[in-house]
Amino acid sequence: MPEIKSKLEMSAAGCAAGAVNGVFGGGGGMVVVPLLTSVGKKPPLVAHATAILIILPVSLASAVVYLINGWFDTELFIAVCLGVLAGGFAGAKTLGMISPASATIAFAAVMFAAGIRLMV
Amino acid sequence: MRFLVYFVAGLAGGLLGGMGMGGGTVLIPILTVFCGVSQHMAQSVNLLTFLPMAAISLRVHSKNGLLDTEGVLWMALPATMLSVLGGILVQNVAGGALRIGFGVFLCFLSLYQFYAGIRAAISGNQANKQV
Repeated sequence: MPEIKSKLEMSAAGCAAGAVNGVFGGGGGMVVVPLLTSVGKKPPLVAHATAILIILPVSLASAVVYLINGWFDTELFIAVCLGVLAGGFAGAKTLGMISPASATIAFAAVMFAAGIRLMV
Repeated sequence: MRFLVYFVAGLAGGLLGGMGMGGGTVLIPILTVFCGVSQHMAQSVNLLTFLPMAAISLRVHSKNGLLDTEGVLWMALPATMLSVLGGILVQNVAGGALRIGFGVFLCFLSLYQFYAGIRAAISGNQANKQV
């Protein structure tokens, strides 16, 4: 029964992505994209778009948990939200102007440095 | 001033997110390392600011026919349940410990990104040679 096996694999993948997104308040999409291409057998662009669809309800649900526990700052939220929206549009327009491979490697280096900084 | 600093942090996170490179995983460390925001608060604001951006992106992707919903519920439902559990669990974890855990998570993610980037660079070179 390959159908059931694939559904179980998708569910297990969903559990991992959801747990990460709840515990770390993000990053679920980064887990979902490779899972959608490998387990879900979706092409990369479709996987990127569909990952947002999956992470939207996931983030909404965990955001409610954080809000109930009092983690909200109006000024912080409004400033970051405006920044993210403006940056998001600029980023989407820039996409395609740079080589994805070199951007990914540069990004990985920054993330690795940030990870070490947080640990020490 | 505080507003401007937060706005610039959001701008940087959004820029990378818009280029498809995990906005939240950048935004959270920017907020904690450079803006002195606590780990829990940074995670909360990341989850919240993702929502409007995601809604706008989805409209565009849907118009471009990039959404494939087949089997998606099998992933989304358990993911939503586990994210609530994860969120509840982490409320009792100290900010410092959560920050270290997030750092470990970032390092793992970056190693995967290195792997994906190098693989894309190699296949890109091969495609160029064929042309």
